[in-house]
Formats: sequence, structure tokens, C-alpha cells
Amino acid sequence: MNASIFPASLLTIVPALHFEQVSFEHRDHRLLAPTTLTLSGCQRTLIMGPNGAGKSLLMRLAHGLLSPSSGNIHWQGKPPAQAMVFQRPVLLRRSAIDNLTYALAVSGVPRRQRKNIALQALEKFGLVALAKRPARVLSGGEQQRLALARAWLLNPAVLFLDEPTAALDPAAIKAVEDAVNEFHHNGTRIIMTTHDLHQAHRLADEVVFMYGGQVLEHTPAHRFFDTPASTQAGAFLRGELVW
Amino acid sequence: MTASDNPFYTALTLILGMDSALIAIVMLSLKVSLIAVLTASLLALPLGAALALWRFPGRNALIVLLNALMGLPPVVAGLCVYLLLSRAGPLGQFGLLFTPTAMVIAQTILVFPIIAALTRQQVETLHNEYAEQLRSLGLNQLRMMPTLLWDARFGLLTVILAGFGRASAEVGAVMIVGGNIDGVTRVMTTSIVLETSKGNLPLALGLGIVLLSLVTLINALAHMVSETAKRRLG
Repeated sequence: MNASIFPASLLTIVPALHFEQVSFEHRDHRLLAPTTLTLSGCQRTLIMGPNGAGKSLLMRLAHGLLSPSSGNIHWQGKPPAQAMVFQRPVLLRRSAIDNLTYALAVSGVPRRQRKNIALQALEKFGLVALAKRPARVLSGGEQQRLALARAWLLNPAVLFLDEPTAALDPAAIKAVEDAVNEFHHNGTRIIMTTHDLHQAHRLADEVVFMYGGQVLEHTPAHRFFDTPASTQAGAFLRGELVW
Repeated sequence: MTASDNPFYTALTLILGMDSALIAIVMLSLKVSLIAVLTASLLALPLGAALALWRFPGRNALIVLLNALMGLPPVVAGLCVYLLLSRAGPLGQFGLLFTPTAMVIAQTILVFPIIAALTRQQVETLHNEYAEQLRSLGLNQLRMMPTLLWDARFGLLTVILAGFGRASAEVGAVMIVGGNIDGVTRVMTTSIVLETSKGNLPLALGLGIVLLSLVTLINALAHMVSETAKRRLG
């Protein structure tokens, strides 16, 4: 990829994200207990925990898709450019390349430049041959790669990924993980949820472990995997059922 | 039964005869209904999308009202327009009563709630699927509207056809506000009523068959367009 098109990612210093006593309730159900957390540096943070622990919720709050019931969430300084990749990619009912030019149009790229940039992104993610195909008839792996290509175009300083490989086969999982690392090498901060331990081993610089709507641990990855502090995390790592 | 008593034979001779009076009636029917559907679509598509996207007090009441108005009897719509446009009415000064314009207005009122209510449903369903992604891309509701309307286009085409069906089939409204004046406001449905009341049943049925054929043709065209586009774009 021609770096001159995306110079900003190499220069940005990703601002820290602060959660201060953030809680979230839905219909009198507390889904996130008051949480104070700072995500800083340009690392790959993996949010882990069993289903229903609040991983996706934490990420949606961080990305601003949901507002907290109490407490506040703020970036140090100006909020950085962000993108999010969902477990089930949401693609528009248009061709693959039109999905990309749409994202460029939304972010204000002049019309004449859109097609070139989109083609380069398709090339980067191995999708050039599928450019004209309707996005929604692509395979699951191709759709997720297209979603990653779309995120790439937005040149985010922070990339959120919500279980991006949950429904994919091993080859497609590898493609997604390679893409995540590519983003990271380009200076993008990664915040990703997973419940796949092996994936966490492969990708994590630091881990946020959640359980029952609470953040129980926020530690460097090696410490989390070697000596988890909480009994729940220990059980989770041993593959036991945690309740 | 002689040949001239057979409605299909009558329909065929009507079509093949290219009778100029018949052609004028057919063209007026199409013109009135198509302009009404176009006008209603221009107003109702954005309104339906807005209802799907914004939450405000009274929203539910508005949705219920629109749904109810889908069943608005054409004669009632016609009567309201008649009262508005008649000499003594608030819009009487424009002299629109018993003109094709009055018929367009009445049919627009009939078609509008159908397109608005069904658009609201289509766009809301699509919005549930797209909302997080579009908000992640930084779109507000106003900017989501064109995206959602465009991506719902195949469903919305059916919605518009439903509106066209309503417009081309109704007789009560155009009869009241148009007056079925020969050569001025006579359309297919009012002709059928007239011929029926005159006892000219084969001609009435023949006109009915012509009307049905036209509506089928338009629907077939729309279906072909949407199927082709769907195959190309998924």
C-alpha cells in the first residue's frame, strides 16, 4: 500500500481513553457495574470474558455507539478517528467497491479520488477480483475482509473489533488476524473482543478481563496468561465453565 | 350469446380499434394516477424514513394514524377534496373542481398514507440492521435517510406499486372531484361505472379488462426492472 495516501496514521499519537465510574443500565438491569479504566498507548487490547460479561457493551461505550447511564467517558484531547468492525459485517446492498466509495464519500473524500483509493484497499485485502460483485453475496470471510478494507480507508487511529472472527473458518480467521496486525503496524490502536484464548495469545499486548458486567483485570497479556489475579480469570483460562 | 356480448371480444375490439375517445380516457387515467403516485412518493418516502429514524412525542400516534389512513375510503377523500375545492370552499378561488388536477390531488391523498406507512416499516427494518455501522461511520439521522432509502429500493418499489394499485383502482374520489365529464375528466373507472349504470355490461367489462391489462403491464415492467437490478446488485 502506498503510504503517502495515509500519512496521518504514522504520525498520530493515539490519545488515551478514560472511563470514569461508567455504568450502564438497561430497563433496570445493570449490565455494567461502575467502571474506571484507562486505555492508553498504541497497543492491542483484547477484551476477554465469557458470553454476557459485557465485552461488546464496553466496546460500544468506548466507540460512542452507546451512552453510559452514569459516569463519563472521554478521550484525552480530541477524539481520534475511529472505525469498528462487527461480528457480522454490515454491508450495504451495493457492489463491494461501492461499499468502499460510500465510506469515502461519507468521510468527505473528493469524488475523483474515491475509486483509486477503494481499488487500492481492495487490492490490499485481496478482493480486487470481487470489486463488482454484490457485497452481500460474498462469503463470510470475504465480507469480513471487505469490512476491514472499509475500516482501512477511514484511516482510524483506533480500530474496534467485536468478535470479528467468531463465525469464520481458520483461513479466514488468519486473514483477519493478519489484517489486525497490519493495522497495528501502521500505528492504529486495536481494541478487540474475543472469547477465543488462542487468538488472545496470538494478538494481545494487554488484556481486559470481564465477568458479570465487571472489569476484573486490566493487565499486560503475559501477566494475565501466566498469573491471573482473579479466580474467575483463572477458571476461564483453564477452560472451566465460569458462572 | 353474440360476439358483441362477449366482454373479451369487446375488450379486444376496443384495443384493436384504437378508438380515439378510448385512448384519451386511458391516457388520462394513467396520467392522473402516475402523477398522483409520483407526488405522493416525493412526499411520503422522506416522511416514512423520518418516522423510522426519529423518536419524538406523538410518533406512535402518527404511525397509527397513517396505518389507519391506508384504509381511507376513496369517497371520503373525494368528499374532503370536493369541499376544499368547491366554489365556497377555502381553495375555491383556484377553480380546480372538476379538473384533472383535482383528481390528482384526491388520489395523492389516498396514496400518500400507504406509501408513508409502508416506507416507515421498510426503512425501520433496514435501520435496525444498519444503525450501528452507519453511526460508526459518523452519520447522523439526516444523512442516514438517503442511504436507507436507496438500500431499501427494491422493497420500496413494491410499496410504490401498491400505491399505484390503489390510485388506478379507485373510482369514488375521481368521480366526486372529477365529475366524469366526457373528454375532460372521464377515466377508466368512471367510464366503467357509467357503462354499468347504462346497462352496457359488455362494454363495462371490456373497459375493465383493458384497465387490468394496463396495470398488469406496468407491474410486469417494474418487476423486470427490480429483478434485473437485484441480480446485478444483490
